[in-house]
Amino acid sequence: MILKPNLEDIKNIGYYLGKIIIGLGLTMFVPIVIGIAFGEINPTLDFLISIEITLIFGLILTKLCFTEKDLNWMQGMIVVSLAWLVAMVLGAIPLYLSGHYKSFLDTCFETMSGFATTGLTLVQDLDHLSYTHNFWRHLIMFIGGQGIVVVALSFFVKGFSGAFKMYVGEARDERVLPNVVHTARFIWLVSMVYLVLGTLALGLVGILNGMRTINAFFHGACVFMAAFDTGGFTPQSQNILYYHSLPFEVVTIAIMILGAVNFKLHYHIWTGNFKEIFKNIETRTLFITVMLTFFIMAIGLSKLGTYPQAIVLFRKGFYQLISGHTGTGYMTIYARQFINEWGNLALVAITCAMALGGGTCSTTGAIKMLRIGIIYKTLKEDIKRIILPERALVVEKFHHIKDIFLEDKQARSAMLITLAYLSLYGLGAIVGMLFGYPFLDSLFESTSAAANVGLSCGITQTSMPAVLKITYILQMWAGRLEFMSVFTLIGFLVAVVRGK
Amino acid sequence: MVKSKIQILLNPKQIPNPKSKLSRWDFEFGIYLVLLVAFVVLGFTLNCFAQPISSTELINNAKLYDGKTVVYEGEAIGDIMVRGQFAWVNLNDGKNAIGIWLGKDLTTDILYTGSYKAKGDWIEVVGVFNRACAQHGGDLDLHAKSIRKTSPGRQTPERLNLGKRNLVLVLLGILCLVWILRQLKLR
Repeated sequence: MILKPNLEDIKNIGYYLGKIIIGLGLTMFVPIVIGIAFGEINPTLDFLISIEITLIFGLILTKLCFTEKDLNWMQGMIVVSLAWLVAMVLGAIPLYLSGHYKSFLDTCFETMSGFATTGLTLVQDLDHLSYTHNFWRHLIMFIGGQGIVVVALSFFVKGFSGAFKMYVGEARDERVLPNVVHTARFIWLVSMVYLVLGTLALGLVGILNGMRTINAFFHGACVFMAAFDTGGFTPQSQNILYYHSLPFEVVTIAIMILGAVNFKLHYHIWTGNFKEIFKNIETRTLFITVMLTFFIMAIGLSKLGTYPQAIVLFRKGFYQLISGHTGTGYMTIYARQFINEWGNLALVAITCAMALGGGTCSTTGAIKMLRIGIIYKTLKEDIKRIILPERALVVEKFHHIKDIFLEDKQARSAMLITLAYLSLYGLGAIVGMLFGYPFLDSLFESTSAAANVGLSCGITQTSMPAVLKITYILQMWAGRLEFMSVFTLIGFLVAVVRGK
Repeated sequence: MVKSKIQILLNPKQIPNPKSKLSRWDFEFGIYLVLLVAFVVLGFTLNCFAQPISSTELINNAKLYDGKTVVYEGEAIGDIMVRGQFAWVNLNDGKNAIGIWLGKDLTTDILYTGSYKAKGDWIEVVGVFNRACAQHGGDLDLHAKSIRKTSPGRQTPERLNLGKRNLVLVLLGILCLVWILRQLKLR
């Protein structure tokens, strides 16, 4: 028997959702500062309108649903999944008011892509977009990368046990520090330190590249936010190709890799435990999968003679591969070049890289390295069991911060999430094919959306069917939250309709 | 009929003369035809495309245009990035932007580049198109031989949108009301 949710459930969900919405509204003050600094009047008004709508909505919700009770697991999960949808709609308001989007659906696509750190874009005439709106596009990646709930936890929650439930619901199943609020604040500390360093590095490279100082640092901040949070938006329509600069590419590669690293690993690096980098199962798996996929991609590109020299092949191939593997989506080629020039083998290699992703508890999406490592260890254990005598005790262990013995529970969890991701990639590809796109194109774009990557082979355009846009929005949402809170929301809705 | 005349014209032994059966009109027609053919053949051998080619056409058929001299036109956007004696200018034709590698001296004509507050100069470039430029790490780019400003850019001053301003004020009133009501009820 399914139990119908009671009023208390709804009030609890509404109250904490309202708090997160107020938090989101307050973050909109940042682009207002940018708008004032650059003297952009109408964009500033767009954000004032959006803040007011968001705060009104948040205040009404917290008032109507006021409660002092803590969240249970189900409520925590639903708050998270709904928070991402509401953030998508409310975050879309200022962008829609800019007039650079053809429909509100396109704007919602953009904001979900931003919050989920995907990077697929439907903006029109990006090269004439205001600094204010452009900054917001990148800021939502920064907020989404840390986690919308993590933002709220860091600044608006003084500590309650429900915090951990929301934290887990946002696909962060590891605590860096014993207290989840302290963990959230540590994530912000790491991000802010890197933000300053990354902006300085990219800004200086920009100046050396011949950009105006103000533009160099503005681009530096935007590109850092999108690269560290493995997002993929850029301030100009040409993506990273705009800069025509090897140093810029090198710095962004370093930032993308930093973004793909587990925050727990960051903590150990910060505390001087550098050995962890070489011992950790995630970094080892990442190294191996990068090498493997690059090898396949290089064979594909060299067979077709896509690039005239090996060094050029390495520069173009490695950049797109790291960008895809870390889930960033930065490109130094045009979208159609993937299809027209890269060939099937290279395309399959980069699709695999996108599907694998980066570290757990990082800003990347996709299956993630820890799960791939666990699946490999499970396979190894099973093969050992077959080969060795029956009485032999087969034990497999892996190193992730500490030595951990492999258990069936971990293997099952890794397999389930992997299966869910593979299904999500496949479903999106089927929808793409239903609209007449070729198989490989559809799979590439679907994997890019569901794994929150942002590389595009040209399907993502304003002219694509609305159903496909909605499919990609749902994929980005489910992929970012790693399913559990999405499944809980679906279960909750079923209980509302069919429960007794 | 035309085919037979061409065959006649191409045969050196049958160069028309006043005594031949071909009329003066036929002779002129033949000359024009030969000139036309020569022009087309010369055009192809010089690998030059006189009409501006769109960015979509260049990107989608990059192999076809690779290494050829093309004409491309677009709005200068973003920064003019000077690199030694050369510079990068990105030109957007409304669909995509393509990087143009040109001599620093050529950039002096470009006064406006596209941004939120400016429409950039529209520039026509004649240059060599590279699908994967070996000099620039495999970038798809265009090495300019010459550029010409086809339409000047301008500043686009911002006007206050009164509708938005009024909406801000109305929503501010509602927000204050909600806040006051919330505070009263909390007490």
